[in-house]
Amino acid sequence: MALEKPYAHIPGTTIFDADMVRKGYHLNSFCMTLMKAANRERFKANERAYLDEWAMTEEQKLAVLARDYNKMISLGGNIYFLAKLFATDGKSFQFAAASMTGMTQEAYAQMMLNGGRAPDGQPNQGAAR
Amino acid sequence: MAKITAGASMSHVPAIGAAVDLGKTQEPYWQPIFQGFEFSKQWMKDNTPDVVILVYNDHATAFSLDIIPTFAIGCAASFTPADEGWGPRPVPVVEGHPELASHLAQSVIQQDFDLTIVNKMDVDHGLTVPLTLMCGQPKAWPFKVIPFAVNVVTYPPPSGNRCYQLGKALRRAVESFDQDLNVQIWGTGGMSHQLQGPRAGLINKAFDQAFLEGLVNDPERVAKIPHLEYIQQSGSEGIELVMWLIMRGALDPKVNQVHRFHHVPASNTAVGHLILENPR
Repeated sequence: MALEKPYAHIPGTTIFDADMVRKGYHLNSFCMTLMKAANRERFKANERAYLDEWAMTEEQKLAVLARDYNKMISLGGNIYFLAKLFATDGKSFQFAAASMTGMTQEAYAQMMLNGGRAPDGQPNQGAAR
Repeated sequence: MAKITAGASMSHVPAIGAAVDLGKTQEPYWQPIFQGFEFSKQWMKDNTPDVVILVYNDHATAFSLDIIPTFAIGCAASFTPADEGWGPRPVPVVEGHPELASHLAQSVIQQDFDLTIVNKMDVDHGLTVPLTLMCGQPKAWPFKVIPFAVNVVTYPPPSGNRCYQLGKALRRAVESFDQDLNVQIWGTGGMSHQLQGPRAGLINKAFDQAFLEGLVNDPERVAKIPHLEYIQQSGSEGIELVMWLIMRGALDPKVNQVHRFHHVPASNTAVGHLILENPR
C-alpha cells in the first residue's frame, strides 16, 4: 500500500521526503561540491562544463544555470543543498527565499519586517509586530 | 556523578552568525535580537557548565544525501567549523568531550535509541550560531561541546514524542557517568520559518508563543504535536522545533524559566529563546 502523504497538498510548499531525495540525489550532490573553494572557482569558470560532470537531468542543469530555485526544488533540490549554490553567487538565504515568492528582495524583506506571511500564504500585515 | 543543571533553546539562523562575524550587531535591524541575548551571556558567565550537549541539525554539511542518520552523536576530541559555501565562520574550534560522549552513546543505545556514532565531522551554523549567541566572541569556547545532530532536513524527522523520550534517556545516561560534571543541554533551530517555495517567509507568532509556553509548562502535550501541524502552522523548516523537545525531556517535569525571548524577524525566521533551570 502506498504511503500517505498528507503534506503533499500544502500550497506553496514542497516537502523533501525520501522520493525527493531519490529524484534530487545528483543535483544535491553537485551542490555539496561547492563547499570547496577550488570547486567554486572551477564552477564559476565554466558552469555548463562543471554541471556535465554530474548525472543530472538536462532539466536540472538548465534550472541551475537559470538559478530557478522553485524549479530546482520541484526537481528534487533541497534548500540546504541549494544554499551552497547561492552562497557561491554571494547571495543570502533571504535572496533565495524572496526569489521563490516572486517578490523583489526589498519587498520580501519589508514583508518580513511587517511580521512575515501567515500559514494561509497571505502577508501578516504587521500582526506579528 | 554528572548532572544536567539547565537547558536552553534558541534559533540558529545563519544570518545571525554573519551579523556577529561582520560586526553588525548594533545595527537597528540586529540590535533587538542581540539585546534579547544580553541576559543569556551574563547567565552563561554565572552558570558556566563543564559540558553542553548541543542538539542541532546539520544543514547538508557533514551529512550529504549519501548517509542520513536520524540521531548522531559526536564523539571526537574536536570539531572544525565548516565551509558552507562562503568560507568557514571565524569562530574557535569546538572542543568535544569524547569520554562522556562515548558513555552517552553506549548508555542511550542500550535504552533502545539507536544513535549513529560520529568520530569525525565538521560543524555548521546550526551548532556555531547558538554558541555565538550565548557566549559572544571568546578566543576559545568556555566549555566542552558534544554535538548531537538530528535529521530534520529529509522528511520525516523523528517525532516530537520520540525526541522527548530521547531527552529522558540522555538524562539517565548523564547521571550514570562517574565524573562530577555540570552538564547543560541545548535544543536549537526554529522557530516558525519556511525557506522554500511561494510560501517562503511564513511566520506564526501565535504558534511560537503557544509552543514556548507549552514547552515550559506542559511538555507532554507539546510532545504530541504531529509533523503535519508543524509544517502547516510553523512552516516546512519550523519542524526543527522537535529538537527543542530533546532538551526539554532531559530536564525535570517542573522547571524554573529564567529567560524567554521572541523576536520577528531574523532574515526569514522568527527567533525564539528559552533558558530553563532544574530546581536545585
